[in-house]
Amino acid sequence: MAQKILLKNINVPGINTFEVYRQYGGYAAVEKALKTMSADDVVEEVKKSGLRGRGGAGFPTGMKWSFLAKPEGVPRYLVCNADESEPGTFKDRYLMTHTPHTLIEGMIVSSFALGANTSYIYVRGEMMPQIRILEKAIAEAKNAGFLGKNILGTGYDLEIYVQPGGGAYICGEETALLESLEGKRGNPRIKPPFPAIAGLYGCPTVVNNVESIAAVSWIVNNGGDEYAKIGIGRSTGTKLISASGNINKPGVYEIELGLSVEEFIYSDEYCGGIANGKRLKAVVAGGSSVPILPANLILKLSNGQPRLMSYESLAEGGFATGTMLGSGGFIVMDEDACIVRNTWNFSRFYHHESCGQCSPCREGTGWMEKVLHRIEYGHGKMSDIDLLVDVSKKIEGNTICPLGDAAAWPVASAIRHFRDEFEWHVNNPQAAMDGNYGLANYADPIPVVEEAN
Amino acid sequence: MSEKVKVTIDNIEIEVDPGTTILNAARMIGGDIVPPAMCYYSKLKGSGGKCRTCLVKVSQGSAKDPRPMPKLVASCRTTVMDGMVVQNITSPEVIEARKGVVEFLLINHPLDCPVCDQAGECHLQDLSFEHGKDQSRYEFKRRTFEMVDIGDKIKLHMNRCILCYRCVFTADQITDNRVHGILGRGDASEIGTYISKAIDNDFSGNVIDVCPVGALTDKTFRFKNRVWFTKPVNAHCDCEKCSGKVTLWYKGEEVIRVTGRKDQYGELEEFICNTCRFDKKKTSDWTIEGPTKVDRRSVVSSNHYDEKELLPVIDRKIF
Ligand SMILES: Cc1cc2nc3c(=O)[nH]c(=O)nc-3n(C[C@H](O)[C@H](O)[C@H](O)COP(=O)(O)O)c2cc1C
Ligand code: SF4
Ligand code: SF4
Ligand code: FES
Repeated sequence: MAQKILLKNINVPGINTFEVYRQYGGYAAVEKALKTMSADDVVEEVKKSGLRGRGGAGFPTGMKWSFLAKPEGVPRYLVCNADESEPGTFKDRYLMTHTPHTLIEGMIVSSFALGANTSYIYVRGEMMPQIRILEKAIAEAKNAGFLGKNILGTGYDLEIYVQPGGGAYICGEETALLESLEGKRGNPRIKPPFPAIAGLYGCPTVVNNVESIAAVSWIVNNGGDEYAKIGIGRSTGTKLISASGNINKPGVYEIELGLSVEEFIYSDEYCGGIANGKRLKAVVAGGSSVPILPANLILKLSNGQPRLMSYESLAEGGFATGTMLGSGGFIVMDEDACIVRNTWNFSRFYHHESCGQCSPCREGTGWMEKVLHRIEYGHGKMSDIDLLVDVSKKIEGNTICPLGDAAAWPVASAIRHFRDEFEWHVNNPQAAMDGNYGLANYADPIPVVEEAN
Repeated sequence: MSEKVKVTIDNIEIEVDPGTTILNAARMIGGDIVPPAMCYYSKLKGSGGKCRTCLVKVSQGSAKDPRPMPKLVASCRTTVMDGMVVQNITSPEVIEARKGVVEFLLINHPLDCPVCDQAGECHLQDLSFEHGKDQSRYEFKRRTFEMVDIGDKIKLHMNRCILCYRCVFTADQITDNRVHGILGRGDASEIGTYISKAIDNDFSGNVIDVCPVGALTDKTFRFKNRVWFTKPVNAHCDCEKCSGKVTLWYKGEEVIRVTGRKDQYGELEEFICNTCRFDKKKTSDWTIEGPTKVDRRSVVSSNHYDEKELLPVIDRKIF
């Protein structure tokens, strides 16, 4: 059984209440950090742990914290990014719903490490139940003396506020989030300056994902070195994976980084294989923004070695044959899934969610969506396929925020790996409307793992 | 004053003050190597970074850290470092990206230049002439909006808007009563004015001058006319609210339009008040200074004063 850190007590009845959470050792990290450690000690442990941002970019958390500017007399802020809107990703919601105190405890310890006396949790606007759950948890913690003035008599003050989001995917981008938190339109800022220098209200700010913050308590309790022993290479610790698609057991899993993709999909401890006796066709491994990979490339590296669930292994092969761990939104497609339709669907999402500030993303996302729609509905032309590649290239890298790249990659990778399916749609419009291209030959050689086991 | 920093743009070296942007350094050099800028406006705080026409390649970050920047950067929002090496028109990658940006700006643009008041002094028109393809690859319906009156003096043709945000910054920073912002998102964004609520503020008319395209136009521009049949003349008056320094646009003997004075990059030298802009349309209201110097790149100059030179078209053979 793999080690569980965040979801260890998830099945304990009442773990969502302060009382039970405390009985199971909760808030020990707050006591330890505030009473026995300095803020810099905590930062040091997080650095040692090798924890990397779980919001998508995978930037080392300890390093991000050490970049925080500390001018005299200027407040600093910690902002928790709970805007979770990436298609295929639903782990933060799960954690906040079932064990909200894991996040609150992490928030207190992290705020202490950063010297923040006011911290915010920016929650996706649609998650009203989770907002109430968090507010209740904050009230409970405050009641028990873990929040407010002079926490545990240590002289450290902290207030945590929950802010409902603006209801837009783009508000998950950290600078758009800060704008929105300030009460403005959620447009990403032009960087530099980075939030570590000028973030919320122009003050030094750290923005971290729910899962990154939640992991800090365990690191404080057990030490950064212990955390670094879990996982593989520079992918340390555990990661929550939101598994969806046609698998036997969809849900949120906590894995030790370094697990093989094959085991994750097929073992009974995790996804339990493809449902209904179907075969695996493709996987989007890290949320809708990362490149899609066909079955053969997601299970194995180009050198034949198994591909692992880690930042490095998933990225192995670059854009040609690799993808990214991203936010851990693991979308599994079986032989009945239509790649063209899926690509159009993703594209529709990015078109809808572009903030519209910069020309390539504002205009390009809509253009790609329309061309993909036309192909999917049997009016495509052969030249559309290269047009899509060209448009995606002209968006990629030329925009203010990474949403442009996130819109371009799914399209570019789908065409890179599934070009014949796109061509089939163009050449067989009626058949494409009635049926499905299936596995055909590009996904070969697909090991039929169900039988092999 | 602190030490100057040295930057090289398209193989031309210049020394500038620290904190200068690449775009402004390029403007100090001048000529063809100046990146086009559709959204940056030096007099509006926070402007720039949005249109992406000014993208350039930084092939060496600085003398200290000579690594190139991984992506093209918006020259209007990137400050120079000592020893930085920048490529604009000498980089095929930049030219290609810029062509892409221009194409993006045009796919939803109505291209109704023949009936647009801005024709002849439109930055998008100039840009598409220099970088555009002959034929659009966009085969879908362009987005359309109803025309909106913003008060009785300004018209908004949202169809033509490129969402550069200049008018929003103007409303925010120049007038004291902002009712002007962006509604919606993505390609459904539009300029919102609280449903055509008049911006009755003494400086609201400046949104017309900052607009790089014909999305915001002067309803008092009386004899609908092509700008190149008009003659611009610098004039001034004693005005309590503004400097009173304007450009009068004559057709024959008649003043048909008053605007602020623009520099060679199409930026206003000074913002002018609405009284000067909309209400003083008689020669007797003004002290005439002389003909306005018109940038030779502009088609406005086709009618008069300066000799006409060919547009500096970029050599298409390099890509
Ligand atoms: C379009 C867009 C949407 C994003 N949405 C989220 C999100 O919903 N949740 C999140 O934690 N990070 C999101 N991010 C990443 C954040 O910008 C930021 O990198 C992250 O919150 C940093 O936290 P971490 O270092 O703990 O991962 C998004 C980024 C982009 C470009
Ligand atoms: S890339 Fe898209 S979402 Fe990001 S700032 Fe530009 S238009 Fe907005
Ligand atoms: S109306 Fe004109 S100035 Fe305003 S955003 Fe549109 S193009 Fe820019
Ligand atoms: S002028 Fe620089 S991005 Fe528009």
